Amino acid sequence: MEEQVINSVINEEEEYIINMGPQHPSTHGVLRLVVSLKGETVKNVEPHIGYIHRGIEKMCESITYQQIIHLTDRMDYLSAHINNEAVCLAVEKALEIEIPDRIKVIRTIMAELTRIQSHQLFWGTWGMDLGGLTCFFYGFRDREMILDIFEETCGSRMIVSYNCPGGLMYDIHPNFQKRVKDFIKYFRKTLPEYDQLLTGNVIFRERTIGIGRLSLEDAISYGITGPSGRASGFSCDIRKHEPYSAYDRVKFTEVLYSDGDTYHRYLARMQEMRESMDIIEQLIDNIPEGPYAVKMKPVIKLPEGEYYQKVETARGELGVYIVSDGNKNPYRVKFRSPNFVNLSVLNHIARDFKIADLVAIGGSLDLVIPDIDR
Amino acid sequence: MNKAELTEYIKALDKESDAREGRQYVEVTVLPARLHELAGKIRENEELNFDFLVCITGMDYGQELGVVYHLRSTKHGHELVVKSRTADRQDPHLDSVTDIWKTADFLEREVYDLLGIKFTNHPDLRRLFLDKSWGFPLRKDYVDDINIVTK
Amino acid sequence: MKKEEFRDNESLEQLKESGTNILLTTIDDVINWGRKNSLWPLTFATSCCGIEMMATGGARHDFARFGMEVYRASPRQADVIVVAGTIVNKMAPVLKRLYDQMSEPKYVVAMGACAISGGPFFLNSYCVVKGVEHIIPVDVYVPGCPPRPEALIYGMLQLQRKIETENIKSRRKRNAEHTSE
Repeated sequence: MEEQVINSVINEEEEYIINMGPQHPSTHGVLRLVVSLKGETVKNVEPHIGYIHRGIEKMCESITYQQIIHLTDRMDYLSAHINNEAVCLAVEKALEIEIPDRIKVIRTIMAELTRIQSHQLFWGTWGMDLGGLTCFFYGFRDREMILDIFEETCGSRMIVSYNCPGGLMYDIHPNFQKRVKDFIKYFRKTLPEYDQLLTGNVIFRERTIGIGRLSLEDAISYGITGPSGRASGFSCDIRKHEPYSAYDRVKFTEVLYSDGDTYHRYLARMQEMRESMDIIEQLIDNIPEGPYAVKMKPVIKLPEGEYYQKVETARGELGVYIVSDGNKNPYRVKFRSPNFVNLSVLNHIARDFKIADLVAIGGSLDLVIPDIDR
Repeated sequence: MNKAELTEYIKALDKESDAREGRQYVEVTVLPARLHELAGKIRENEELNFDFLVCITGMDYGQELGVVYHLRSTKHGHELVVKSRTADRQDPHLDSVTDIWKTADFLEREVYDLLGIKFTNHPDLRRLFLDKSWGFPLRKDYVDDINIVTK
Repeated sequence: MKKEEFRDNESLEQLKESGTNILLTTIDDVINWGRKNSLWPLTFATSCCGIEMMATGGARHDFARFGMEVYRASPRQADVIVVAGTIVNKMAPVLKRLYDQMSEPKYVVAMGACAISGGPFFLNSYCVVKGVEHIIPVDVYVPGCPPRPEALIYGMLQLQRKIETENIKSRRKRNAEHTSE
């Protein structure tokens, strides 16, 4: 009997492997994590992806440039406007078309509304993962106001194909400016509620401060952009470094912290919401007059060559690399997706923390799985 | 540095590679055997300091298979495109740059999965999205009669 | 929508089997009333339709007032699986395993164009399953890309109407069909 007890004590030191499978309430999509544990400490996290790989890059080789817009919507569906804008800008730059100011300003306002809506969803679902179910209802309630604005102007709530090469699909609704101004007034009063719920909460701070630290050298070496990288001090905001659309005429600050832990990744997104509201306020009153679309040929053929366009989505840098051989279908389209690169750092920062912290860290990286698999 | 200065500097740094100004960025074409050496040089050099690997794209040029690297320097702000191709379609091999930029780990696995290009010295080269027995879909000679309609 | 206005829904009428005796009919009504008013869904969302399903559970279009009170994480405890999002070849065996783990009575709602027929990825995609009915039997289809929350609620109410027309004999036949697949 005593020998059996001693044997079982020795076996406690071995590692064992558990599977956080594709269907799991807190993996935000179909991501499979194979976690090696020693006791409750995480030793190795291995992501298995491909459960939503739809072959978008291969599909793009057999469709026209206007049809690619409808596929980019569905990659990172929480930054749908910004994804569309990337492809439109690439095509317009290749054809060397001059875009009127009205289109640029409206595209920028829509992009910032998309960014706010994406961070609201991040706040709601991450709060729910950490245990506070109220956050889910607050976040989704406020997000509905932005979805109403999208529905009135673009026709659809989430998957909008509003940007197209040459401009916009339709002109903005007459109610647009008033609704956006009402939303900003409402949300500035409501955002302190978010801070009261989570930011100052003792349990939340214990769960997130000092957890999952990412240093600046690692952020650059792993290529982490977006709020996750800026919380580590990596200055990578494309809206500042290489402004596109109307970002060169608005004043806003790039949100940088130097700590790089989970708490500061969260704070970076909260502050970005305030900066986005500032940008919208600067633009909403002076939308210039003009056409809402430039006349384009029905069949778009890009001149032979390669074009790379980068934009700042809510999660990082999205790059669109188009190789054209002169036909109406592209030869090769590659999407440099921010979530794919952000996932690769999960193993590095979750080591030697407990398994309960893995949920907090994975949620703070704000991953959207269809963008990883494309 | 602007594009012209960058082209001259790289031509001086590495005589055997072919640097020229493209429409958007400076493009350097290099043979597969010299890829790893050039990558190390442009990372360590103080004037160039390309420490951010943005994107690795696998390409099928018809007769050859190749890779395109987009690089950026966080200190100086300039950008570079490095290209490399191999004519071996049965068993293509290129050098991995995982020891220089850690992000190449996943990006190279994706290129292997979709195009079949193997990277030597990669720590863990496995298929990422698809099963082991699937073909390489992004190649131009990938045939799938059921799903893909060719005109 | 009033109960009488569902009359022009022919397929629902065809579902009604011819009657059983009085005692069993009353028991049927009670059982069906209990089942339809407390359908608990499984947390299963692969892509964009999942966000609209979460928005349906939010505060504005409330799902819980129709009985979908909690989302159960384990398939053994769930009644209905709402397939929201594209199913690809790698995910198909996982979905079949989840469906097999659910216990009777179980229902399936195919939400969105991707689950009905492959959606925008129908043409020229090498690894998308063109419709979830190739894998599991579907009860209700909700079209849209993504369907509005109101459309999903309409689809769930149709499912509740379908449950109302069941009786013990048809349920047994349906259970036998499920286990043989």
